[in-house]
Amino acid sequence: MARQIGMSVVQALVTLWITTVVIFLLVRITGSPVDVILPQTATSEQREATIKRLGLDRPLAYQYWLYLSRLLQGDLGRSYTLNADIGPLLRDHFWNTFRLASAAMAVGVTLAVPLGVLASVSRGGPLDKLASIIALGGMSLPSFITGILAILVFGVWLGWLPIYGAGSWKHFVLPAVTLGWFNSAGILRLLRSGMLDVLGSEYVKVARAKGLAESSVLWKHALRNAALPALTFLGFSYGILLAGAITTEVVFAWPGLGTLASDSVARRDFPIIQAVTLLTSATIIVINLSVDVVYAMLDPRIRR
Amino acid sequence: MADTAELPVRRRREGGLIRTFRRAPLVPAAIMMVMATMAAGAGVLAPHSPVAIRMDLALKPPSFVEGGEPGYFLGTDPLGRDILSRLMHGARASLLVAGLSIGFATVVGTGLGLLAGYSGGSADILIMRAVDVVLTFPVILLALIFVVTIGPSVWVVTAILALVLWSRFARLVRGEVLSWKEREFVTYARATGASPLRIVVVHLLPNITNSIVVLATLQVGFAIVVEASLSFLGAGIPPPAPSWGGMIASGRAYLETAWWLVVFPALAVALTVLSFNLFGDWLRDTLDPTLRQL
Repeated sequence: MARQIGMSVVQALVTLWITTVVIFLLVRITGSPVDVILPQTATSEQREATIKRLGLDRPLAYQYWLYLSRLLQGDLGRSYTLNADIGPLLRDHFWNTFRLASAAMAVGVTLAVPLGVLASVSRGGPLDKLASIIALGGMSLPSFITGILAILVFGVWLGWLPIYGAGSWKHFVLPAVTLGWFNSAGILRLLRSGMLDVLGSEYVKVARAKGLAESSVLWKHALRNAALPALTFLGFSYGILLAGAITTEVVFAWPGLGTLASDSVARRDFPIIQAVTLLTSATIIVINLSVDVVYAMLDPRIRR
Repeated sequence: MADTAELPVRRRREGGLIRTFRRAPLVPAAIMMVMATMAAGAGVLAPHSPVAIRMDLALKPPSFVEGGEPGYFLGTDPLGRDILSRLMHGARASLLVAGLSIGFATVVGTGLGLLAGYSGGSADILIMRAVDVVLTFPVILLALIFVVTIGPSVWVVTAILALVLWSRFARLVRGEVLSWKEREFVTYARATGASPLRIVVVHLLPNITNSIVVLATLQVGFAIVVEASLSFLGAGIPPPAPSWGGMIASGRAYLETAWWLVVFPALAVALTVLSFNLFGDWLRDTLDPTLRQL
């Protein structure tokens, strides 16, 4: 197993390295980085100075080396529109995104696990139908669409909840529920099909035959084995939540990474976008890696 | 011969195509038809120009609501532009981006998937590694980088979607090829001296077509969502050209006073994506019930 995990780590590092190369090259391919980094009103002296400072007159490989070594020292550069170091900025926004993603995760699991198990038991029944409608809606409807409609209904028309921003627990409700719904869809589907597979298996029959209570058979014996694919998905979707909640954050004006990225696009603040992309790619890669490791520890069949 | 059941390349269903489609889910199919008609005929069907500014008609509610302006069925935006006309032209932009990107991704992804699956070896390793890298890339962020460096346009959105989507087709096609290429009819074809190209195109591809069609249908919803998200973030179809995402973004500031600015484009995205996904699910169950993973 240690060898397998080692392989996964190496693969993850390679993917991360490719990401830095891609991000580095993107600016260079699509034009002079100076045009991206400096505002359009910059004077030619400012251009000269920036070219010198960034080492743009040096060979490309050297520039990449410079970029990578600064990155490894934790130097993410400075934003030119906010006049601030990107590091602390990124940390604050990441914390907010992390809190929202975790809340959404909690909502998704709370919704999906009972519903998924009960749907598999009452196959074809009303509960199963309800579960499949929830799953279809969650998979199809992007969170910023359900989000903005939820703001309209619960924020504007009913006035129950604040319509944007972060602060009290009330600010969490709408974004966490809309993201959690999206998140629950995959868990629901995987758990239901996993349970259906497991419920027909021999050991569940044995557990029933020896007179165990049905609740114990369902929630202990069956769920434990059916949960593995859903658990993997849970990990992946946590990564997606941390990276892909941009539109939802913007809809709710949630001060997270997504809002930061979106605002930076409007200001053409390239260093920030570069840093956010790298951070989210790294987050996804790290989470996928941990999922692989956890999976290897949980499933004795792939333990070598 | 023992394996005659494997020999016919196309499986014929009883009653043929028409009877199959008679059981199609009606509401989603109807919504898809309406959207397609709106998109194709936007120039003729739209009651007003989608970009004509009429400040005297700004922020009129839908005509079926009190205070609405006759002739402006779904109301007007802060610049007095007709919401319905903008929705129609937005449908055209959405479906154009989705269609072009999926078309490109289907061709490239299928080609690379066939190559990876049939030839194996280093081509396989290289292509699948690229697929893995593409699959871990955060789509929206990638698009934001491109947009900041190149500037927003319909073509950037289409290119990014194609760049991301081909990997899904390549992975599916490769898997299918692996499961088909050891069958006896392929071995026979090889024994009769058929070239690799002929085997792939004549013997393998027809067996995979159904799966490709199902995947393409299921990706339309994804493409529409990504386009709407990017336009919403100001990184998709540049204004003043109408797009559903852009309409939602600009209507957000008026949420408390003019609900119709946001509700109609939001419903358009939701209904279209739901319809394509429902239809795709049905198509999968009908054409290829083994594709549970999609």
